[in-house]
Amino acid sequence: MSAAGLLSVADLSVHIGGSRILDRVTFAVPGSGVTVLLGRNGVGKTTTLRAILGLLPSTGSVTFDGVPVAGEPTHRLVQRGLGYVPEDRCVFSGLTVAENLRLAERSDPPRYDDVFGLFPELAERSRQRAGTLSGGQQQMLSIGRVLLNDNRLLLVDEPTKGLAPRVVTEVTEALARVAERVPILLVEQNLAVVRRLGGDAVVLAAGRVAWTGAAAELLGDAALTRSTLGVGVGLA
Amino acid sequence: MRRWLPFAAVVALAILPYSTVELPGIFDGAFNSPGTLQLLALCLLFGGLALGYDLLFGRTGLLSFGHALYFAAGAYGTDILVTKAGFPLWSAVAVALLGGTLLALLLGAVALRTHGIAFAMVTLAFAQVGAIMVARDPGRLTGGEEGLPITGLPDPLVGVANTVNLYWIALAYLVIVAFVVHRVAASPTGRVLAAVRDDDRRVSVLGLDPYRYRLASFTLSGALAVAGGVVYLLLVGGASPHAASSDLTLSLLVMVVLGGPGTRWGPVAGGVLFTYLDHRLTAFGSSSTVDSLPGVIGGPLAQPLFVLGTVFVLAVYFFPGGLAGLGRRLGPLRTVLVRRRPPGPVAPGVVEPPAADRDRPEPAHASREPAE
Amino acid sequence: MSTVVLLTLTGLGLAALYFLVASGLSLVFGLADVLNFAHGLFLSVGAYGTWWAAANLAGAGDSGGGFVLAVAFGVLAGAVAAAVVELVLIRPLYRRTIEQVLVTVGLSLAGVALLQAAWGADARTFPRPQWTREATPIAGAGVPNAGLLLIAAAVVVLGGLLALLRFTRIGLVIRAGVENREMVTALGIDVRRAFTVVFAVGGAAAALAGALGGVYFGAVSPGQGGSLLIYAFIVVVIGGMGSVVGSAYAAVAVGLVQQFVNYYGASGLGDVCVVALLAIVLLIRPRGLVGRLA
Repeated sequence: MSAAGLLSVADLSVHIGGSRILDRVTFAVPGSGVTVLLGRNGVGKTTTLRAILGLLPSTGSVTFDGVPVAGEPTHRLVQRGLGYVPEDRCVFSGLTVAENLRLAERSDPPRYDDVFGLFPELAERSRQRAGTLSGGQQQMLSIGRVLLNDNRLLLVDEPTKGLAPRVVTEVTEALARVAERVPILLVEQNLAVVRRLGGDAVVLAAGRVAWTGAAAELLGDAALTRSTLGVGVGLA
Repeated sequence: MRRWLPFAAVVALAILPYSTVELPGIFDGAFNSPGTLQLLALCLLFGGLALGYDLLFGRTGLLSFGHALYFAAGAYGTDILVTKAGFPLWSAVAVALLGGTLLALLLGAVALRTHGIAFAMVTLAFAQVGAIMVARDPGRLTGGEEGLPITGLPDPLVGVANTVNLYWIALAYLVIVAFVVHRVAASPTGRVLAAVRDDDRRVSVLGLDPYRYRLASFTLSGALAVAGGVVYLLLVGGASPHAASSDLTLSLLVMVVLGGPGTRWGPVAGGVLFTYLDHRLTAFGSSSTVDSLPGVIGGPLAQPLFVLGTVFVLAVYFFPGGLAGLGRRLGPLRTVLVRRRPPGPVAPGVVEPPAADRDRPEPAHASREPAE
Repeated sequence: MSTVVLLTLTGLGLAALYFLVASGLSLVFGLADVLNFAHGLFLSVGAYGTWWAAANLAGAGDSGGGFVLAVAFGVLAGAVAAAVVELVLIRPLYRRTIEQVLVTVGLSLAGVALLQAAWGADARTFPRPQWTREATPIAGAGVPNAGLLLIAAAVVVLGGLLALLRFTRIGLVIRAGVENREMVTALGIDVRRAFTVVFAVGGAAAALAGALGGVYFGAVSPGQGGSLLIYAFIVVVIGGMGSVVGSAYAAVAVGLVQQFVNYYGASGLGDVCVVALLAIVLLIRPRGLVGRLA
């Protein structure tokens, strides 16, 4: 893993209500492949993504594509080519699928072929209100939104949460195909998904980076997995 | 030393009417003149009213736009009972207090089922009903637009020479309100209120019901306002529709914010200052100084609410902690002058944040929102 | 029968007035979380702007095309005032909700005082075309034309707002932003521009309400904005914040209840019933009829 990378985070700290959620987190995300952010429940993985995006106040530095972006307003940071697929999807339920996608358009021309090629269901349900979609379909929409544009990096937060096993596989395969084109910083609890997508791993514990290395190496070592993540590998 | 300061201040204020000192420019007469005493009494009254409102706003975090309703209930209730029903003053006051508090309890019980802005709207709506009823003058009770002058008061409370008695009543009101509010704030209940203000999930997790605490605060604050209405009635000699208007509640809000919400004496300072300025600006507005200014400047300046409203807007921007916040900014200077008291013990499980933190803008990268 | 028709139509006229004021308020609150007490000021700006234009602006007058020009001037003044307020006073306090509310409170106090300083506290007669002073017989009742004008205006504004929301990009941003402002930002969209638009549109609608309200009541005074504003707030809460359609339904409910109860019951009872309606709706459906809660 190169020291600089496409996205690099240094000494990122987040304080909320008097408690320190993140304490000088430092890691780098390379310009290709999947980097997985792992850790126990509540350790601060989602907080890390939100802090990078500027949705939370933080201290420390964030560098994207060589440009220091800490302090920049979220919308401007996103315009630099950062796509966000949030936990709980956050699609706009009152808008139709087509409107959700149209809202996300930034690049010219928007890549509808890519999106519908990967998720043909979205094309079929284009007039349907997003609030009436199933969890899996909403997840596809959420991912589809960031695929419309020429994003340089995707921040994806627990895309398989709450989905049925068959849908989990669908979404995972879709992400694998996306990762061939665009690097992804992925937060995920489901270790089977992590094993499938591979790449590098950054493990958070007690608000700090506890371990970095190849995901395969982490998952191959049962003792290490249990100590850093507190779960056995055979689950999920 | 500092603990005795409030007591000393009360004593000083109590003996003030015996002083013949004059402060030209600030007051129109000596301290023992009825005009000055009347103004001071009003200042003290509104200081107390603001402090009572702050129990709701600064300490419990409830933004009520209908506080004037209870104030009006006290004023009009007592007025009607004495003037129209011939009650002796003390029983009228007792009935008004009881009735007003009950009203606060009932309306609060309904309004507090909502939160935030909806709550503010409901309280505003309830107060609006009160204002309408006063204006429509049902059964010729309220005197409609002109208000209802009070008759049948006991002698010591009537007449210019007895203004000093009304002054002492206003002072007593402020002292009582301060005592009640500060006692509550320092008690375990007060800490729960602070917790409710900041994050009521914390409170629920502890097994306490935020609704009950809010209702208690609302009722108590309302009761204090009812009492304030009674004092106002005595001071001014009658009840008028202004007492029930949303303007009054908004003025209270301005007083509290100017003084510093959630602080010990900030709201009192705000109330005193606002009332004083409102009075003096009205006089200033019709003075020759303003007349000599060109119409474009002189016109607005002649309106006290314009000046006060503008000052308020500026204060929100530049002095978010109010006067009390200013005091904190002069902190280093104060440490040199006065030895600080160590902080008191805090109840376990409930963290009481310093009042100054609530309005502070977010630190560091301030969530990346553009500061323009 | 004719009484019922008259009451219904005047009730709808009132409803139209409330809707014009409430629609902007609802959107501003739904999108930007700003409780705008100064909204009544925009109403007054519209009313006084029209009043002033009719007397002083070349080509404007109190009848025909001149009147339309005067009203247009008033509406424009309201929109500009709203945009300026948003840019100068509200935007710097982004995310500090309480301070924003306080600033609008201060602004409303100062603004009304300013109007009072400029044109006095008393009501001034409002310029209006002759036909608005007349009534049209409908089903045996003489319905004031001013009320019909209000209803027509409200329908047009409702249609316009819904079209804006449905068919334009800024409308899309607004609809999404009302649901989840943060996510809109996370899609790379500068939501603040939408705030200014919503403020300006709301200000324009309120100004129109002020101008047409002046026609309806025949007079304009500095305090008018404040009293109408309270009813607008009630309509917004009943209808649900952030929902234009909700405001429309709620406005109709409020207007009709007020008119009917004030007539068949005692004067003033209608207003009490409106507040009772608010309390009932909030107890049963805190989100309001259609929209979302604070």
